[in-house]
Amino acid sequence: MIDLQNVNLTLGGRPVLRDISLTLTQRRIAIVGSNGSGKSSFARLLNGLHLPTDGQVLVDGLNSRSHGRKIRKNVGFVFQNPDNQIVFPIVEEDVAFGLKHLGLSADEREAKVVDILKRYDLIGLRHQPSHTLSGGQKQLLAISGVLVMDPRYVVFDEPTTLLDLRNKLKVKQAIASLGQTAIVVTHDLDLVADFDRVIVFEDGRVFADDEPNKALRRYLEAMQDA
Amino acid sequence: MLDLYQAGTSPIHMLRPGWKILSLAIAGSALFAVDHILFSAGLLVTTLVLYHLAGLPLSRAWAQIRPALWVFGLIFVAQIIFNDWLIGLYAVVRLAVLLMLAGLLTLTTKSSDMIDGITEGLGPLRRIGVNPDRVSLAISLTLRFIPVLSHVVQDVREAQRARGLDRNILSLAIPTIVRTIRMAEEVSDAIDARGS
Ligand SMILES: Nc1ncnc2c1ncn2[C@@H]1O[C@H](COP(=O)(O)OP(=O)(O)O)[C@@H](O)[C@H]1O
Ligand SMILES: [Mg+2]
Repeated sequence: MIDLQNVNLTLGGRPVLRDISLTLTQRRIAIVGSNGSGKSSFARLLNGLHLPTDGQVLVDGLNSRSHGRKIRKNVGFVFQNPDNQIVFPIVEEDVAFGLKHLGLSADEREAKVVDILKRYDLIGLRHQPSHTLSGGQKQLLAISGVLVMDPRYVVFDEPTTLLDLRNKLKVKQAIASLGQTAIVVTHDLDLVADFDRVIVFEDGRVFADDEPNKALRRYLEAMQDA
Repeated sequence: MLDLYQAGTSPIHMLRPGWKILSLAIAGSALFAVDHILFSAGLLVTTLVLYHLAGLPLSRAWAQIRPALWVFGLIFVAQIIFNDWLIGLYAVVRLAVLLMLAGLLTLTTKSSDMIDGITEGLGPLRRIGVNPDRVSLAISLTLRFIPVLSHVVQDVREAQRARGLDRNILSLAIPTIVRTIRMAEEVSDAIDARGS
């Protein structure tokens, strides 16, 4: 469970998120809202990349202020642009990166890497330079690098925005098949139709928080009125 | 190191990366310290034999020096003018051997192993405050982001060309720098997020 209690976030002197109190327990949660409404900032609070200016973020009871390292391990984060989170030149090296500091033996690491690469159809590319992959393959590689660490929660920040339709569907499928809790920031309303919960952000506040149908209807109405 | 590694099981592939790097350093220094054409010629032959042992065709050795041929040409011509052709040949052979040996290292060593080798080699420097993990992460990032940056530059150039601005160096440099800084911020977040 991820719990936000009266969270305010100020970045560069301006309030970005205001008085957010939410308890995230569902398996599939979507975060939607206009550009600049604070979705990415919210996502970054969940794994301690941002710390709240006021209030608390608790992940399974651990405060992000005091347990940053542990929380980052439990809450994986997939960014919009895979190019910015693939940090090693070769596919399999990149997947292995996060495992380095977990105290596993070389064999255990290798087994985990192979397992994940197989799951996302990347095993044939394991020795390839990561920059030669297609956009969709890069995003799957980025997801692999996060999932190989077995996080309990995975936060995605617009994982399909840069992808074409075919690759969107691949990533959508990857998210659907996750055993973990997924919190997905997205503009892709098709992606969230079968989610358990949709939270709409507007101007740094929670504007709607409901099952997909109802939340999306309110969101669309508000956009048309504006 | 970027796209060069050729997976294989030859004795050269299996050699510890640390030894390979050290051998390259020693051979490279000897190449220029020992001033005898026979020594250089011997190393040239040795290098080609090593390529063979690594299961690599000689065309791969040639590929290492081909991009530098025009430099060789310049050196050779300069030596003919100021010395004589034999000295020119000698200079070119030394450089060619060095390039081929360096190429052999990258062809037979995964960049991750190479980086681990460097990390190990830097171990003793911990005492004077060098963190080998940081150094090796920096090397990996450099290798990883060379192609990404060249892509960014291409993107920016295309966008500016579409607006007729591609002859203005500032109109290329500024967006490239802005995008690179933004990218660097996210990369550093991503490294944090992955727990290192
Ligand atoms: N590091 C920062 N410093 C100052 N302002 C920021 C920073 N990051 C985001 N902002 C601002 O906070 C607001 C919300 O940004 P963001 O969370 O990225 O929104 P979204 O992801 O919904 O588009 C925007 O107005 C943005 O300009
Ligand atoms: Mg965003």
